[in-house]
Amino acid sequence: MSEVVAVIDYGMGNLHSAGKALEKVASGQQIVITGDPDQVRAANRVVFPGVGAIRDCIAVLRETGLDRAILDVIAAGKPVLGICVGMQALMARSEENNGVDCLGVFGGQVTFFGELQNDTGGRLKVPHMGWNQVRQGMAHPMWAGIADNTRFYFVHSYCVTGLVDEEVAGRCDYGLSFAAAATRKNVFAVQFHPEKSADAGLTLLENFLRWQP
Amino acid sequence: MGLAKRIIPCLDVDAGRVVKGVQFVDIRDAGDPVEIAKRYNDAGADEITFLDITASHQERDTTLHIVERIASQVFIPLTVGGGVRTLEDIRNLLNAGADKVGINSAAVHNPEFVREAAERFGSQCIVVAIDAKKVSAESESNRWEIFTHGGRKPTGLDAVAWAKQMTDYGAGEILLTSMDRDGTKNGFDIALTRAIADAVPVPVIASGGVGNLQHLVDGVVQGGADAVLAASIFHFGEYSVQEAKQFMQAAGVEMRLG
Repeated sequence: MSEVVAVIDYGMGNLHSAGKALEKVASGQQIVITGDPDQVRAANRVVFPGVGAIRDCIAVLRETGLDRAILDVIAAGKPVLGICVGMQALMARSEENNGVDCLGVFGGQVTFFGELQNDTGGRLKVPHMGWNQVRQGMAHPMWAGIADNTRFYFVHSYCVTGLVDEEVAGRCDYGLSFAAAATRKNVFAVQFHPEKSADAGLTLLENFLRWQP
Repeated sequence: MGLAKRIIPCLDVDAGRVVKGVQFVDIRDAGDPVEIAKRYNDAGADEITFLDITASHQERDTTLHIVERIASQVFIPLTVGGGVRTLEDIRNLLNAGADKVGINSAAVHNPEFVREAAERFGSQCIVVAIDAKKVSAESESNRWEIFTHGGRKPTGLDAVAWAKQMTDYGAGEILLTSMDRDGTKNGFDIALTRAIADAVPVPVIASGGVGNLQHLVDGVVQGGADAVLAASIFHFGEYSVQEAKQFMQAAGVEMRLG
């Protein structure tokens, strides 16, 4: 039986890319895009992507029971990869949409970039969109073959702060320093889009498929 | 150290074929958007933009198939614009694998469409493309107006006010084309780029008029653009994307290299 990797589909955006990128780097694993909580629970590994507004995202997760499935998979010790809003949804709380309680896997907060200035006093554009450098906060199997300060593709207006240092796997600077990657035990979550980050992103996804936490 | 400026090659696609000739020397099929997208990806392009100029509605399905094929082989962001009029158009493109969708004349006809699109799909995937032309006389202070129909039809909309309105409505990025400069190879309209970049809180892509690598630098440094879009200088092999990036980096612009 080949391993099954579930990409959680909860109707929030472009899952095609994440699925296709995983298929590209998979070696024997079966990539399944699914919104069925039982299928998520049965998978060997789970990818939790997301785009759009956090309120809708959390609402759909709770309605469908996918929130419980994600927490169960995490509790079962299976590798879980959160991407973008998927990472944010794993935090305690987001200030988007007038404040939304999230899944609380991490204690971090999701905050708006706000009115930030660049080095010369100009206004920084939000969303933070494009290729920015990730400073790896720790040695980790997910960073295998990826040089420190490699650029990944970001697109987001809210970012994760307030994690304890041991959980910050990577940092990025954009007016402020925020968590570009968070990890605890069998969970790894990234604010950037590995499925859109060319070779570096594909390497990270390949690392995830091999990761034995 | 920080966010890099982006270089975005743009392809015109008609019924699934790249038109306005892309001339890579050793490419198997210069009309195949998938081949070309892969080539630009390998060359280090930061994103790819497709302008779908397909006239007939039936053939738009062809575009969706192309987007699907690209999205399964090219893992950098893909924007698709041209003829996007309904929420269904947007959903179809996103489901096919587009990361962002460009809205142009449909926004002029019905600005609320942009608001609905951003609310439904998120601002991050809604790019409003604006085609602007200078309408002020030399003696007056600069004023640009939005034009549709390839620059032929004036709308009476002030370009700066319009760009602001579109970001208020939820556009996550502005693709700004100077109709005066498009195709001239005389460089971006820097004053226009600067006026829009300073006016809106979201990233601005400068487009229209690139003839050499210094023009790219000027668009970013003088114009304040966050990204530069170019077609012919890359398509005809005058410069490679990598050469452009190295030139810009040498001029002090932060780029994604290597």
